Amino acid sequence: MKQRENRRASDVFLKIVVAVVMIFVYAPVAVMVVYSFNNSRANMIWLGFTTQYYKQLFQDQYLWSIFGTTLIIAAVATAIGTVVGTLGAVGFRKHQFFGKELIHYSMYFPIVIPEIVLGVALLLFFDRMGIALGMPTIIIGNATLILPYVYITVNARLVGMDPSIEEASYDLGADRGYTFFHVILPAIMPGVLSGAFMSFSLVLDELIVTSFLASARITTLPIKVYSMVKKGVTPEINALSTIILFVCLGCVAAWLIVGGIKQKREREARERALNVD
Amino acid sequence: MKPTPHTSEKKSLKDRLSAIVLCGPMTAWSLLFIVVPIVILAVMSFMTKGALGVIVPKFTLANYKALGDKVYLNVIVQSLIIAGWTTGLTILLGYPFATAMARMRARTSGVMMVLLMIPMWVSGLVIIYSFVILLNHSGIINTFLMHIGLIKSPKSMLYTNFSVICGMLYMFLPFAVLPMYSSIEKLDHNLVEASQDLGASPVRTFFKVTLPLTSPGIFAAVILTFIPCVGYYMVTDMLGGGTSMLIGNLIDRQFTIARNWPFGAALSMVLAIVIFAMVGIYTKLGGNLDDLG
Repeated sequence: MKQRENRRASDVFLKIVVAVVMIFVYAPVAVMVVYSFNNSRANMIWLGFTTQYYKQLFQDQYLWSIFGTTLIIAAVATAIGTVVGTLGAVGFRKHQFFGKELIHYSMYFPIVIPEIVLGVALLLFFDRMGIALGMPTIIIGNATLILPYVYITVNARLVGMDPSIEEASYDLGADRGYTFFHVILPAIMPGVLSGAFMSFSLVLDELIVTSFLASARITTLPIKVYSMVKKGVTPEINALSTIILFVCLGCVAAWLIVGGIKQKREREARERALNVD
Repeated sequence: MKPTPHTSEKKSLKDRLSAIVLCGPMTAWSLLFIVVPIVILAVMSFMTKGALGVIVPKFTLANYKALGDKVYLNVIVQSLIIAGWTTGLTILLGYPFATAMARMRARTSGVMMVLLMIPMWVSGLVIIYSFVILLNHSGIINTFLMHIGLIKSPKSMLYTNFSVICGMLYMFLPFAVLPMYSSIEKLDHNLVEASQDLGASPVRTFFKVTLPLTSPGIFAAVILTFIPCVGYYMVTDMLGGGTSMLIGNLIDRQFTIARNWPFGAALSMVLAIVIFAMVGIYTKLGGNLDDLG
């Protein structure tokens, strides 16, 4: 009896915390959405409703070209990080070589050290090597940042994989290439995909490493937004973020609906199976 | 190379080829873009700065000695205070939140997690700017508090440590909830029940059973908050109004405005070493490095 009371008391406390956190997280989001309709360029006080900044946003060629650059950087960096990290994770489980430990631990560097240290170190490296900053250096920096995430998520998948499956493939006469693409890769695919997804969203929002490795001519969306934010956010940026927000919410809603349908189907299938029995 | 089950002369060659194809790219990448840059950073921190930001290859400890300067010590102390407050608040809010999530059905807790992450996907920085609108003198919160008569005159909340901590908390709370949630979720409830059946009060059970068993998650959250917090200079730029400066801002300045690369490198090295020490303690306590991803 007493235990149940305690449980109820703690449940109330937890609900309050959840409410406080959600208000803390979503009050600024609400402000951002509301102020995207603010009829004031300085955007500090509410001066009236307008949708002109949404119109401006769609006509802003420069902003769209930056958005394109950001997507290209994110795609290329993710592709490099995913391929190199996946190959590495598979190889490091199978092969032994001198210095392997060092490379394995170096994979934790970009995760553990603050991004600013990685940014500074890479800047010094490119400077000493005489490599000019630009798109390639940004891509290398971001790929270095995300490589460990792919390596770790794929590794986690490999740990759960039965090694005898691979052996079976060789015993049945498949060569290494075939085994990699038709046996190992399908088994670790969820890890590869989640690593890639995480990497892509990380690079899209990456600011610190990119800002150290970008030249004056190349800008990404986060850097552009940050430089605009420093001067004060215009309703235009709020409008852009509001659109991204609703795209995200839309994706989540779709995910929930699809998941719900799947669950319902599975339940129906199970019931049908039971009826047959 | 260690012999694998299928060893014959011909296969060993194939083995070598497979090792090169699989391990080669990552090894090369790591050496080129992680190991060598860190070594260069370390070397740079002992170099001398010449006129106009030119780097003179002359060994010196001056960059590290300069850290003892009162101005820089202040920055370091300030950074630790801000990071400490942020980390503390993150745990105080995040732990109960994670507990609440662990008590929900799997689907609901998934939705909660996504709701927590969405602002980060949108752009934490733009949303953080909303704090300027919320917290300024004639801002929403001041207006509201005066309206309900709680305060007589507007409180200055913006451009203080308070607003910086708010912003930092906003940036790092979502990432800190994740490891705490996964360790609370894994917690064996039989142990909690056993403790209560043996007569321990809920408070005692929490401190003697639940908290120690979920401490790896808490420590992972501490690291995930504390590390980026010290180096993250954007929030202080936006919500600190030039009054507060963190190590991150100081490093950034050495590379953008002051053009004192060796000193910036020394600052980075100190930051990295402190963090390595923390992570070392974490792994000694039985923490898993993979949980920090």
